[in-house]
Amino acid sequence: MAARLSVCRWGAAPAAVHRGPLVSWWRCSSTLADTVYDVVVSGGGLVGAAMACALGHDIHFRDKKILLLEAGPKKVMERLPETYSNRVSSISPGSATLLSSFGAWDHICKMRYRAFRRMQVWDACSEALIMFDKDNFDDMGYIVENDVIMHALTKQLEAVSDRVTVRYRSKAVGYTWPCPFPMTDSSPWVHITLGDGSTLQTKLLIGADGHNSGVRQAAGIQNVSWNYDQSAVVATLYLSEATENNVAWQRFLPSGPIALLPLSDTLSSLVWSTSHEHAAELVSMDEEKFVDAINSAFWSDANHTDFINSTGTALQYAIALLKPTKVSARQLPPSVARVDAKSRVLFPLGLGHAAEYVRPRVALIGDAAHRVHPLAGQGVNMGFGDISSLVHHLSTAAFNGRDLGSMSHLTGYETDRQRHNTALLAATDLLKRLYSTSATPLVLLRTWGLQATNALSPLKEQIMAFASK
Amino acid sequence: SRYLIFFPVYSKNLLCWTLQIKPRVFNEYRAMWFKSCRMTFSYVNRMKKCRYPWTRLYSTSHTTVDSSEIKTFLVLAHKWWDEQGVYAPLHSMNDLRVPFIRDNLLKTIPNHQPGKPLSGMKILDVGCGGGLLTEPLGRLGASVIGIDPVDENIKTAQRHKSFDPVLDKRIEYRACSLEEIVEETAETFDAVVASEVVEHVIDLETFLQCCCQVLKPSGSLFITTINKTQLSYALGIIFSEQIAGIVPKGTHTWEKFVSPEKLESILEPNGLSVQTVAGMLYNPFSGYWHWSENTSINYAAHAVKSRVQEHPVPAESVLTEETEELRANVHTSPGVHEELKR
Repeated sequence: MAARLSVCRWGAAPAAVHRGPLVSWWRCSSTLADTVYDVVVSGGGLVGAAMACALGHDIHFRDKKILLLEAGPKKVMERLPETYSNRVSSISPGSATLLSSFGAWDHICKMRYRAFRRMQVWDACSEALIMFDKDNFDDMGYIVENDVIMHALTKQLEAVSDRVTVRYRSKAVGYTWPCPFPMTDSSPWVHITLGDGSTLQTKLLIGADGHNSGVRQAAGIQNVSWNYDQSAVVATLYLSEATENNVAWQRFLPSGPIALLPLSDTLSSLVWSTSHEHAAELVSMDEEKFVDAINSAFWSDANHTDFINSTGTALQYAIALLKPTKVSARQLPPSVARVDAKSRVLFPLGLGHAAEYVRPRVALIGDAAHRVHPLAGQGVNMGFGDISSLVHHLSTAAFNGRDLGSMSHLTGYETDRQRHNTALLAATDLLKRLYSTSATPLVLLRTWGLQATNALSPLKEQIMAFASK
Repeated sequence: SRYLIFFPVYSKNLLCWTLQIKPRVFNEYRAMWFKSCRMTFSYVNRMKKCRYPWTRLYSTSHTTVDSSEIKTFLVLAHKWWDEQGVYAPLHSMNDLRVPFIRDNLLKTIPNHQPGKPLSGMKILDVGCGGGLLTEPLGRLGASVIGIDPVDENIKTAQRHKSFDPVLDKRIEYRACSLEEIVEETAETFDAVVASEVVEHVIDLETFLQCCCQVLKPSGSLFITTINKTQLSYALGIIFSEQIAGIVPKGTHTWEKFVSPEKLESILEPNGLSVQTVAGMLYNPFSGYWHWSENTSINYAAHAVKSRVQEHPVPAESVLTEETEELRANVHTSPGVHEELKR
């Protein structure tokens, strides 16, 4: 496989050159006037902006020039809006550590976020459930609105504006890759052409431009992907009564998982993954019916069968005999009273994984490298994990005076992250498929599996540790 | 004092290396590289011999300037910057030599600037080749002058750095030998780096004296070279040249290898005190170098010039008189001959 990868790497690069605009390999002297950046991050979303921020605040990058290219306009938030945004992310403790390493977490704390201490995940077809919580009452994770994170990142980018330049409304339309075999007359840098016709050069291009990554396509990197026949519906919900609201709830329905994430004492965010038709229906139905649908999705036991129930109880009994477990009775999530008008949106779901995360002078991070189902709440956390790893490798390389685009440290990043991400992607995909059916044998399998996992605390701790990196 | 740094060698590159590099072609290039090095430094030695009449009488090895070697070397001049090519081991040696130089120099700087820790330092890279070590030092903020007697190497190095505006300003290359610049650059450098050079030099003492002359007082000299031991003969010559064919026969001359003790014995009288000697080991399967307690094959040395000015030339003329006297008596007593050697 290494042979195929290496062949892909060297073979595809020359082909990729022709995808670029009409810029040849042999540079004429006028292009030497282009600014040569040390790092260009293409894509100013959560992951791209965080990458630029992390590099800008890194001690060994004080002398370097970093550029962030964002196709959209600058989002200015003068003051925090009263209504919560419907796009929220579950931030793991590891991601929170990264954000605090360059001071963005402080801004988030000053704005708003919600910590949750417990997570209950249960099945619609049986009584089986799994409860995650930390023994020492630490926070398991944080629910933060994407706009809040973005605002914190923008503020921290402004703090290092001497090293990091941000260009808004700039989209890269073409890339020209350096020759794989060093020829002394051609520029060894990556050339980027922007929409307005200007060009720039960079020693390392980081692609953070989402699951339809232009950088990945231009580099000719193979992407394994498929669309799930599911869309996710998000909304902001008002609870019937104010409650402590520090638990994250997720129930696996046969049509897909429904999750309720706490935002405040009276508000929660909904993420409901279901079939395209049902999702369209949910978004267009009137508010009362929508609220009823949500409540019944969480509370109704219509999918239970006696057979599964009895076998489940039997296993629970057996477990209780073997080891004294604390009784984790199934709790019900808070009931929903109404939904915030205009907060219902849907977006399609899919899986994606790039065969290679790096090429000479190119690295992919975030959704450009991997796209995952939201059922595990890991999407943006995987992206932040990519940032931690890549910044660590680049920082060491910079302190050793190495050429930033050199494959020696880029492959280190790729190995680190592919190992972690492939496992998580595979597990998430497996869970999605396992829970998408109400066929009895599979329901039995997953009921027993869930109950057994719930009983084994070391296993649960391992899962939590893996997910909170 | 010796220190040990362990870098765990991880064989993740094993597959890549074995699949990407074709051994036969690799050997050919390796052969040409070593041949060219030998030719390069024999040039240097000849020039040195002409310039310094007071150097001790050594038997010179015959060096022939082979025009076909020049041609093969010209082909190789383009190969410097291919990280997976002929010079891959030198590229990966940077993982050891750059931190070695950087950390030892940082000890002398009280407050260094983050981002460019070596800024304000002037470094001379002797035998810089294509600039493999010069560029990382430049990136760390130092002003570096790289010298190499082979024009083509300097041209390659020059072209490579010209694409990077920051390095272009910090690095200067000159196609010359150390002796040519010794007078104009006396006592101007904070550090002199002679990496993989001294094992090809015939007149080691003169070379090291020149290094000392261009150093400021308390300046540092960094040398990486190959030891003269049974093991370096077994692995460096027998195994690499005759068995595995990594290096072609006759490329290295075991007699020219320099042991740390010999190096120290030449450096000390010239006012350079050896601070550190550390062994380096190359793993040909992974392509990585790592530090080792064992200095039997490759090693790196760091010496510091004393603050008090010593005048090596008067001392040497005294020595020359002594040796002439002794030589006059040598046929009378073999014991004196021993003393001469020592």
